Amino acid sequence: MIPKSIGSIRFRMMSPDEIRNLSVTKVITPDTIGEDGFPITMGLMDTRLGVIEPGLVCRTCGKRVDECPGHFGHIELERPVVHVGYAKLIKNWLNATCSNCGRITLSDEKREKYLNDLVRAKEEGSDTDRVIDRLIKEASMATVCPHCGADSLKVNLDKPTTFRIENSKLTPTDVRTWLEKISDEDCELLGIGYGIRPEWAILAVLPVPPVTVRPSITLETGERSEDDLTHKLVDILRINQRLRENIDAGAPQLIVEDLWELLQYHITTYFDNQTSGIPPARHRSGRPLRTLAQRLKGKEGRFRSNLSGKRVNFSARTVISPDPMISLNEVGVPLDIAKELTVPERATEFNIEDLRNLVRNGPDAYPGANYVIKKNNLRLRVTEVNRGDLAESIEPGDVVERQLIDGDAVLFNRQPSLHRMSMLCHRAKILPYRTFRLNPLVCSPYNADFDGDEMNLHVLQSEEAIAEARSLMSVEAHLLSPRFGGAIIGCIHDHITGLYYLTHGFNELEKSVALRILSGAGIDKAPEKLTGKEIFSLILPQIDMEFKAKICEHCEKCDKENCPNDAYVVIRNGKLVKGTIDDVAVGAFNGKIINEIVKEYGDIAAKDFLDAASKLSLSMLSLMGFTVGIDEEDIPLEAQEQIQEILDGAEERVDELIEIYKRGELEQAPGRSLEETLELEIMRILAKARDDCGQIASKHVSSENSAVIMARTGARGSMLNISQMSGSVGPQSIRGERISRGYEHRTLSHFKKGDIGAEARGFVESSYKKGLKPLEYFFHSMAGREGLVDTAVRTSRSGYMQRRLINALENLKVDDDETVRDPADKVIQFLYGDDGVDPSKSIEGETVDVDSIVNKIMRGE
Amino acid sequence: MEETRWPGVRIPPGPLKGRKKMEVRKHVLVPPHELMSEAEVDELLARYGITKKELPRINMNDPAIKDLGAKSGDVIKIKRTSPISGISYYYRVVIEE
Repeated sequence: MIPKSIGSIRFRMMSPDEIRNLSVTKVITPDTIGEDGFPITMGLMDTRLGVIEPGLVCRTCGKRVDECPGHFGHIELERPVVHVGYAKLIKNWLNATCSNCGRITLSDEKREKYLNDLVRAKEEGSDTDRVIDRLIKEASMATVCPHCGADSLKVNLDKPTTFRIENSKLTPTDVRTWLEKISDEDCELLGIGYGIRPEWAILAVLPVPPVTVRPSITLETGERSEDDLTHKLVDILRINQRLRENIDAGAPQLIVEDLWELLQYHITTYFDNQTSGIPPARHRSGRPLRTLAQRLKGKEGRFRSNLSGKRVNFSARTVISPDPMISLNEVGVPLDIAKELTVPERATEFNIEDLRNLVRNGPDAYPGANYVIKKNNLRLRVTEVNRGDLAESIEPGDVVERQLIDGDAVLFNRQPSLHRMSMLCHRAKILPYRTFRLNPLVCSPYNADFDGDEMNLHVLQSEEAIAEARSLMSVEAHLLSPRFGGAIIGCIHDHITGLYYLTHGFNELEKSVALRILSGAGIDKAPEKLTGKEIFSLILPQIDMEFKAKICEHCEKCDKENCPNDAYVVIRNGKLVKGTIDDVAVGAFNGKIINEIVKEYGDIAAKDFLDAASKLSLSMLSLMGFTVGIDEEDIPLEAQEQIQEILDGAEERVDELIEIYKRGELEQAPGRSLEETLELEIMRILAKARDDCGQIASKHVSSENSAVIMARTGARGSMLNISQMSGSVGPQSIRGERISRGYEHRTLSHFKKGDIGAEARGFVESSYKKGLKPLEYFFHSMAGREGLVDTAVRTSRSGYMQRRLINALENLKVDDDETVRDPADKVIQFLYGDDGVDPSKSIEGETVDVDSIVNKIMRGE
Repeated sequence: MEETRWPGVRIPPGPLKGRKKMEVRKHVLVPPHELMSEAEVDELLARYGITKKELPRINMNDPAIKDLGAKSGDVIKIKRTSPISGISYYYRVVIEE
């Protein structure tokens, strides 16, 4: 095959002559297969239109199945019909021209002006359609033709395909003769283009697509099932035949017109079976037919499904599971997958022995090779039988498709791919079992968890692709997000709890213990005694930082270094002097230390730090043990009584408030109705009751409590979650209001009509530990369901919004001179982002980090 | 000035009919538009290595440049305030309709 480059593509209407010239046969018989089981000549399955059955030979090109591309045929229509896709344009053309002389109904001067405008628009490179729209609008206003003086009446389009002047119908034949009168020069002004005739939009000949476009399938029962397009073409042929017979027999005008309209219907639905205004054509089973427009349109159409979204080789998909022991830029690949995926490697004098060994191993013994491509492009499969001979035959220049090995560059991806961090370049690590393994640190950029998520893996196939992916798409290169210029990859959940236990306070550890913790991070030396802070310092690069940790309680007066909670972090010279490491220091989406290391020492150092920190923290946790149980959230009896008192008090106050309202003594809040004031006040009281219960509960839950530590350090959960377990679940809401739907004037039939007390409107006074009463459980489910529905609605909506944004912006690029340009090199923005700064290289969105520069100078560096 | 029931909102005196139309380009949200001299345009095009075809466009009848007397092919310099860089300049070439 000689590669050809396409200079340009032009889309335009086809003339009837072109359709006939393209055609290999006229189609007249509505049947497909004859009684002999062979396709009927001049039928819809004529073997001149191509072949789909193995063994048959195409009568046009002499080729067999899969070689013959198929050939068009044609149907001669007895009467012309309107092409639905052009109906609107035809209306414009008719309105802008004279029915008598066929000229544009504009004076010569005006015509000249529009001609100039058109030429200028072309020169400027701006949209010529707007000039044409204006011309058509003005010409349509004319009541008399300025050239021949004939009346110019408005043509209406009765959707989808019927034209009407005043109250008389225009047949397609009338329209055709009218359009034939329009001169070539006027055609150009009407936007049709020189040399293209408007009357071609009225079909006299219908192209019949090759059978390869509409293959029939043979069912197991031996029954043939034709394609929807074939069905539609059969309909068209039948009506066409009946129309011809009736015309030939001299049938009354009325009958001919009815059949003509039926032909129009079939041809309209043949193009687009979702045309508004007419019922869709249906299959015998009642399913609407999938005709031409349906094949192309929408998500499952040819464009979005087959052209923009192709399926690819060298890829794999399976369930993911966590492995904290691999590096964050690695991905565990199951052995079975690694044997199937290959990387092409060209033999040179330096690697030829290694490649020979791989081929010698064959496809089954890992690591092996699956294919050898010889210098003459011959592709040979490596088998158990030929592996020995093939290995010997390899010489420099041959390409060996070897199986995936440790360290190969692969792309790893999880849908929905909402941002660029959804597809990163990892290094493969071949592991046993059947799941992809990934370090929990990279869960956040993929938004992955392990409740059954699946991910895709692609093996890079060329040196260029590998180099590009390694430098631009590696995990290390995406530690900082371009969204806010901060760390998006960082410690999560147990990592943070572990580091809290390691670094909080000044717990001294024995050397043996310290070494066990450090071994995971690859450090094997330690002094006799050292504190958790010192252990953490061992993995820190030389940085200087000061900030408030997550556990900071925001006291009135901050004691800074002398913080009683050890919440003020001071790092001097790469040593953690004071403070506790938690979410603010190393967490994903926060991670001040990660930001600093990336900035000062680069992404590799930051990756190494994250790997070491996560391993430290996990070995710390497994050494000390860490559990949570619901009974840890139990509180003493007197506290439970206190909580009950608060709840009773709140409910009492709500009842009082309702009484006050009923007496008409409630004071109205500004801008609110009396009812709104009451509702707001009740909500405030109930929310406060829940918070007060939380206060009591947290007072009685130790600050050493596991759940409390997770909430305070930002590892997982919140104090509200804990107080809902031990105190009270609190008010339930739908759309930000108390629950009010259900029965008439009440939520459930258990309540009196008009009861707006706490219980009747979904206040849950029980705690999760105590258990919810049936009614409470019901209200809680209602509020829970709202959350589920909201997420479902939100994802579909934001998905569509993202799609539109991407379609609008996908072609823009930042040029070398930092301007933003479109594909025609037109300037969109004169300086990217108004400051030319890559947000992922910025300091949390700012171009210059003044504070840290000042601090550095103050320290005298 | 006539006081209204909303504090700080006043209606200027005089009948409402026949009042001068609002001048869009004097509105605080409309950045200053300015006609560039030919020399400035040449410098601009040279700086970005482009022709006028590559510049963003502005309609001749755009209210913001109505009084500048701009012809087709002139270039307008717009001084915009930007939350990122303080001030940024944008250039648009005038086109007819």
